[in-house]
Amino acid sequence: MRKDYNLEKRKWVIGGFVVVLVCIYVARLFQLQVMDSTYKANADSNAFLQKVIYPSRGLIYDRNDSLIVYNQPAYDLMLIPKDVQPFDTVDFCNTLQITREEFDRRWADMKKGRNYSAYSQQIFVNHLSAQDYGRLQEKLYRYPGFFIVQRILRQYNTHVAGNVLGDIREVNTKDIERDDYYRPGDYIGDLGIEKSYEKYLRGRKGMEILIRDAVGKIKGRYNEGRDDVAPIAGNDLKLSIDIELQEFGEMMMNGKCGAIVAIEPATGEILALVSSPTFDPALLIGNERGKNYRDLMNNRFKPLYDRSIMGAYPPGSTFKPTQGLIFLQEGIVNLSTAYPCHRGYINAGLRVGCHGHFSPIPLKPAIQTSCNAYFCWGFKYMLDKRAKYGSVGNAFEVWKQYMVSMGYGYKLDVDMPGESRGFIPNTAFYDKIYGKDKWVGQSIISDAIGQGEILATPLQIANLGATIANRGHYITPHVVKEIKGVGVLKKSIERHDTKIDRANYDPIVEGMRMAVLGGTCRAANLPGIEVCGKTGTAQNPHGRDHSVFMGFAPMNDPKIAVCVYVENGGWGATYGVPIGSLMIEKYLRRTLSPGRMAVAAHMGASHTVAFANSKAYGPAKKEPAKESKPSAGNQPTTVDNPKPNQDGTKE
Amino acid sequence: MELRNENDNSGNLLRSIDWFTMVLYLILIVWGAISIYAATYDYDKASMFSLDEFSGKQFMWAGLSFILGLVLLLIDRRIYEAYAYPIYGFMIVLLIVTIFIAPDIKGSRSWLVFGPVSLQPAEFTKFATALALAKLFSTYGYSLKGWRNIAIAVTIIVLPILCIIMERETGSALVYTSLVFVLYREGLSGFVLFAALCAVVYFVVVLKFAAVTIMGIPLGLFIAFILVMVVIVAMLLIYCRSLILGGRVLLGYVGSALLVWGLSLLGVHVNGYVYFFTVIGVSLLYLLYGMLHDDMKKVLTTILWAVASLVFMFMVDFAFNNILEPHQQMRIKVTLGIEEDLRGAGYNVNQSKIAIGSGGVLGKGFLNGTQTKLKYVPEQHTDFIYCTIGEEQGFVGSTAVLFVFLLLILRIISIAERQHTAFGRVYAYCVASYLIFHLSINIGMVIGLCPVIGIPLPFFSYGGSSLWGFTFLLFILLRIDADRKAYGSW
Repeated sequence: MRKDYNLEKRKWVIGGFVVVLVCIYVARLFQLQVMDSTYKANADSNAFLQKVIYPSRGLIYDRNDSLIVYNQPAYDLMLIPKDVQPFDTVDFCNTLQITREEFDRRWADMKKGRNYSAYSQQIFVNHLSAQDYGRLQEKLYRYPGFFIVQRILRQYNTHVAGNVLGDIREVNTKDIERDDYYRPGDYIGDLGIEKSYEKYLRGRKGMEILIRDAVGKIKGRYNEGRDDVAPIAGNDLKLSIDIELQEFGEMMMNGKCGAIVAIEPATGEILALVSSPTFDPALLIGNERGKNYRDLMNNRFKPLYDRSIMGAYPPGSTFKPTQGLIFLQEGIVNLSTAYPCHRGYINAGLRVGCHGHFSPIPLKPAIQTSCNAYFCWGFKYMLDKRAKYGSVGNAFEVWKQYMVSMGYGYKLDVDMPGESRGFIPNTAFYDKIYGKDKWVGQSIISDAIGQGEILATPLQIANLGATIANRGHYITPHVVKEIKGVGVLKKSIERHDTKIDRANYDPIVEGMRMAVLGGTCRAANLPGIEVCGKTGTAQNPHGRDHSVFMGFAPMNDPKIAVCVYVENGGWGATYGVPIGSLMIEKYLRRTLSPGRMAVAAHMGASHTVAFANSKAYGPAKKEPAKESKPSAGNQPTTVDNPKPNQDGTKE
Repeated sequence: MELRNENDNSGNLLRSIDWFTMVLYLILIVWGAISIYAATYDYDKASMFSLDEFSGKQFMWAGLSFILGLVLLLIDRRIYEAYAYPIYGFMIVLLIVTIFIAPDIKGSRSWLVFGPVSLQPAEFTKFATALALAKLFSTYGYSLKGWRNIAIAVTIIVLPILCIIMERETGSALVYTSLVFVLYREGLSGFVLFAALCAVVYFVVVLKFAAVTIMGIPLGLFIAFILVMVVIVAMLLIYCRSLILGGRVLLGYVGSALLVWGLSLLGVHVNGYVYFFTVIGVSLLYLLYGMLHDDMKKVLTTILWAVASLVFMFMVDFAFNNILEPHQQMRIKVTLGIEEDLRGAGYNVNQSKIAIGSGGVLGKGFLNGTQTKLKYVPEQHTDFIYCTIGEEQGFVGSTAVLFVFLLLILRIISIAERQHTAFGRVYAYCVASYLIFHLSINIGMVIGLCPVIGIPLPFFSYGGSSLWGFTFLLFILLRIDADRKAYGSW
């Protein structure tokens, strides 16, 4: 092959390129390693200690600006094993007031830890008391390798609203993988708004870069602190929760499983979000957190389970107003349409029982008396109206769309973690059970009265109250009114209109008012406050009926909509109505009259289940029978999470 | 005859091997494994050779690779020559298969997992591509002329790039672009290298100075426009050797610039786009006319170059914002000093600069590096291994590493030039190109001169695949070189 000497010259270009490149790199290394004084000053085994400065976590206020959650500094004693030098362990133990055995145990535990490395920071003692910290601080110089990191502990001005406030915990490996903001030992919101508003509450960590000599002594700040990052405090939250009302609600639910949700209809602000049994938020801070958390987890009444937003229950008769609205909107009934009720809906061999009242009955009195038959007939006529809808499937889809527009069947998107969506079946669901279009209105008649497959969270039921109070719309319910420094979240002012005309709400409101004046909710009739309400007595496969109340007040200028759900409480009028009316009165009047105080005291003292007290705490034992005080013939029953009746069969 | 020839060869093998390269290789791998030991050294776990440690594993890989190298030395060069294309084909298929069967490791799908061992086929495609390219250039009658021949060579290079990009290992894919050096050596116009250089300069200038506005256009574009003008004049004067054209265009540029400056004094502000497009446009039209009188081809080249530059300038911004992924944009911005994100994209590089800088002249001493020990620098035993060297062995050590690499690369270039066949020469240049690329990018990123592109430092970074890949490259070269006399020029 002919050698091309012209091309061979190009080796000089390529070789030259490499030589120039290496020269540039050597020059750069010279600059970094020899010339640059900032780096040079740090030579000879100096290192930088990046000290994290934790920001203060956002504070939490209630709707009346009283401080509920704040921070208290705590001190963790940390060490870097490699830097530790022989020291006087006796003196060390005395200072910390621990025994030699405990010292050895802690040392062994630390070494066994998963993230243990001789070169990285290890926690030796966490949450030192201020006294221990003070004593240790003076002597710390004697123990090279040890240092103290200040952390934040949550402190509470209240013993209620544990489900709303939630708690914070140390991050686990998964959290760190998911978000590289976190480092081992950091805290993260675990439940409630501490979790859902974590990004706002946590702020931003700062960092101090310190220069350390070979024995670990801090020599000063790197670059005179110019590269330090100041921490940014978290945003404070202002809750829409009225902490007094919350406290009152939790007292009312004492000894009962269930939930109370109170909403301000005009704004969607949640005034009280009670889940019972609940826990004192102060249980989940500090060194006791692990043990207490385990106990709460093991408690058979599940106090950590927020029934107000996670519990999906049959709404029972509180569902009937939605049906009335749909029938009116779809023209299935008008105000003079009356259906027969002879102690129930009786048709084609099926009987859905009802109680004594006149017959035939039109819409408003049907709501007043909570007539099962009326809504069964209406539901049946709607679903079987082929002339209008073509098939039962189409009719049911129309029905479902109305329900969804009223906030059922999907999460309301409340600003709390773990919300349940409840359950509103669709056509496909029943087609699967019965075969396509092989079902009629009567097959699923119990849906009409909020039984059957229908499930809703207490929040959804309360939201229905707000929707009716607003005559046709709701604002996404939320517990945080405002994030200080950020403002109001967009979703917290989002208005959702139902597919029902405003005019159709008036008869429903009147029906609910009649129920209070002379129907199922008579006990909610408060002098001077026009309360509208609807009871519910929800059958369920877990024993006694659930006692439910949904209502709002005042009728023409609604300030509060409320849902009370007492598991296995019996009739709606037994617990639901009195507690609901007390909540309304308490919120609107701030105080109760002496007569009503007695009712409240009675409610607070009544038990449907037998646990020691509503601050359910301690592992599930056999049966703490001594505390149980049967009231109104109630017996202790177990509580399970209601599950949708998947097989769809009817009794 | 055949048989005797082989016997002769194996007898001569020890003598004909390039021991200089061999020694450099051994220095590098031992130095590498020791550095890994230092980078991952932990107080409690002190054995350098324990297989539980990265250093122990690396010593194992190094030992195995040395044995593998010896085996490769025993294989006749004709085998490599004969099987160059099948090996290349096999590796490409393997790359494609990898895309589909590899598990997702940190977003990349480039690792084949065999029980405890993971291999990265992309590292082995390097030698296969080098062989294929060498084979192509040694084909009788082949030269880098004509679109078809160029296209074949480019295809051989681009295929692995595409496959590796599909594996989401952009860094490893970019390595193959270094083969442009080989093409250059084999006759590709130097213009291509010049264009590449211009492209890099435009890219940096346009992005770096995008924030400030002058004459209604970003300062970056302003500077780039002026650069285009300067290069047009320079090309006319130096490349076309036309004093008349160059002079007139220069006069036009200077005159118009003075005019605009004068107008601005009078309060009339000319928009930058209008000015530059008018002036450059007019000058190019004039050159089109001038082509008739002068060296047509060279003037035309100048014009095309100018147009391409303008198009490229405007594409840079678009490409940067629309094609690169956000993390890649961030890395480039950090390198260009546009943004200083010390907690995010800039963290690695800042920490590695601190580590290297704190090493000083002589370093902190073996195993005394605190910056790397305290795990401030992520990936310190893989892509950022050079940090540990900088910190513990100081300016002396890190410069020494650079010089060993420089020696190795220059030695390979000289080996390349002493080959009697295109096959040997091209193969050797491929090896040199890969090394140049890895060296410049890896060390460049550690000392903060290049954006962070995740490719290893050959022989130093932890990982069997990389080590084996480069061992393959080097030992095949040694064997080809040892055989050069037997396959002399004919």
